[in-house]
Amino acid sequence: MAGVVMEGLGKTYAGGVKALTGVDLEIADGEFVVLVGPSGCGKSTLLRMVAGLETITDGVLRIGDRVANGLEPAERDIAMVFQNYALYPHMTVYDNLAYGLRNRRTPKDEIDRRVREAARILEIERFLDRKPRALSGGQRQRVAMGRAIVRDPKVFLFDEPLSNLDAKLRVQMRVEIKQLQHRLKTTTLYVTHDQLEALTLGDRLVVMNGGRIEQVGTPIEVYDRPATTFVAGFIGSPAMNMLRRDWLAQTGAAEALGAIPAQTDLIGVRPDDLLLTPPPGPHLTLKGRLALFEPAGAESFLHIDLDGDHLGGAGVTATARVSGRPALAEAGALDVHVPYAALHPFDSAGRRAA
Amino acid sequence: MVENRPLGNLLSHVVLILGVAIVVFPIYVAIVASTHPPGTFVRGVMPLLPGPNGLENYVTALTEGRSRAGTPPISLMLANSLIMALAITIGKLAISIISAFAIVYFRFPFRLFFFWIIFLTLMLPVEVRIVPTFQVVADLGMLNSFAGLSIPLIASATATFLFRQFFMTVPEELMEAARVDGAGPMKFFKDILLPLSITNIAALFVIMFIYGWNQYLWPLLITTDSQYFTIVMGIQRMVTGGDSEPLWHLVMATVVMAALPPVLVILFMQRLFVKGLTETEK
Repeated sequence: MAGVVMEGLGKTYAGGVKALTGVDLEIADGEFVVLVGPSGCGKSTLLRMVAGLETITDGVLRIGDRVANGLEPAERDIAMVFQNYALYPHMTVYDNLAYGLRNRRTPKDEIDRRVREAARILEIERFLDRKPRALSGGQRQRVAMGRAIVRDPKVFLFDEPLSNLDAKLRVQMRVEIKQLQHRLKTTTLYVTHDQLEALTLGDRLVVMNGGRIEQVGTPIEVYDRPATTFVAGFIGSPAMNMLRRDWLAQTGAAEALGAIPAQTDLIGVRPDDLLLTPPPGPHLTLKGRLALFEPAGAESFLHIDLDGDHLGGAGVTATARVSGRPALAEAGALDVHVPYAALHPFDSAGRRAA
Repeated sequence: MVENRPLGNLLSHVVLILGVAIVVFPIYVAIVASTHPPGTFVRGVMPLLPGPNGLENYVTALTEGRSRAGTPPISLMLANSLIMALAITIGKLAISIISAFAIVYFRFPFRLFFFWIIFLTLMLPVEVRIVPTFQVVADLGMLNSFAGLSIPLIASATATFLFRQFFMTVPEELMEAARVDGAGPMKFFKDILLPLSITNIAALFVIMFIYGWNQYLWPLLITTDSQYFTIVMGIQRMVTGGDSEPLWHLVMATVVMAALPPVLVILFMQRLFVKGLTETEK
């Protein structure tokens, strides 16, 4: 077991395209870190650089106490789970699991012991003699994970492992991956673009955008105190509502503006913080009309046209999430209330102001 | 489509049966002719029913051939053909799969250039480059040898191209997974790529074997020693060689035997062959 340290990691492709710049990240031994970001943000590239499948053009990568920049993937003592599983189609499940160990010249009885142990943990013992073709998506996923854990590597690397599964199975496997990691305590780096996986799985969350790290923190920190407007918009679903300070001033919410830092330019409000009944503490009240009502079972989404012109006439629409199914009529007037504590102030550069 | 049109069915069947008859009839005639005594053909009438001399004709053909005209026994020519066809087939497969592996999985300077050079040779079949090739082979002293018969025919752009196309459909993650699993390039080739290509190899084996077996012009040019005659060119020698009438019964027996090995190869490898042409294993 070992931690992973990245110091100023960068990747420039031969054509001069910069995929990653100055990534600094320390992953402690046994930690579960999730990399999240929109497609093209460099999260998969970063993972593949740690795996050794992409060369590192800048910076230093340490796995354990070794500099790993120039090492072959096999020498880095990592295991990777691919999005499409990448099982060897002509080998049985047993051989798929054993292949890496055989290449390492592990003794035969040791291979057998480890393969059966991994199969037992993942409950794929029944399939050991089958070929991947004869397995369902979820079973293939387990085999791919088996191939990773059988080697007992220093680091697990997951590249969007659940995105090929259906929704129900995804939830189940997500829970299993988390339990597995808690049990094995292996340092894990997990790439996903799925909000829910990002928030629920890891000890720490790394939000990436445009080849840089936007924010690192525990999932709850990132959710509660997004460092930039990008993180605020990316984490959380539906996305955070963004209100301009000058618009807010127009609606006569001077008192609320006094409660936030002076350099604020944009104000973010989570859909869950738009309340239908006034909260007891100091709060801001916005007037509007209900434009669209989306009941989703246990909760409902309200799309609200807020009163007031948004710099040149266009209206401002906010999304609110409320529990249950409130009896509301579309096009009816509606007041929403926001506690001051729930306002996320951002400056003109998109950074959090205090 | 499920349609019921009796007239259309009838018509299409008549056309199909006619087509089959046109293809099969000459073969039938050859087989029938190979079972008649030599005198039958002098009258100039082709018999349509099998004659009594089948076994005898085949034994004569196999063991003696037409020795007086300078052709060796058919058995030797069959063996020569088999050696040549196998050498060409195996050589082609081995070289083309390795070159396709290099082109797809390695980054070396002028990779695309080399690919196009290989691809260009598709336009130059043996017959086009036969004179210079003959000169090269003669200068290398390979006339009248199995090396001379097979080596100039081994390079295959077709097979290289097909393997390249197949390798490009193999997901890249397989190679990456193998790298993470500690397999070097050659180990990946041996353990993963080769087993995955097995149906393609079988299909190409059949095609290449028939190609090699049916070589006519090249063996005719470079073999003057009857020890190296192959069967396909041998048929021609049997017809024209010597000053007597062609021994049609022996010629036909030779023809039938010359046609047999490709048929056997197809029969034995049919399952893999069809799979290789139609199915891509994922």
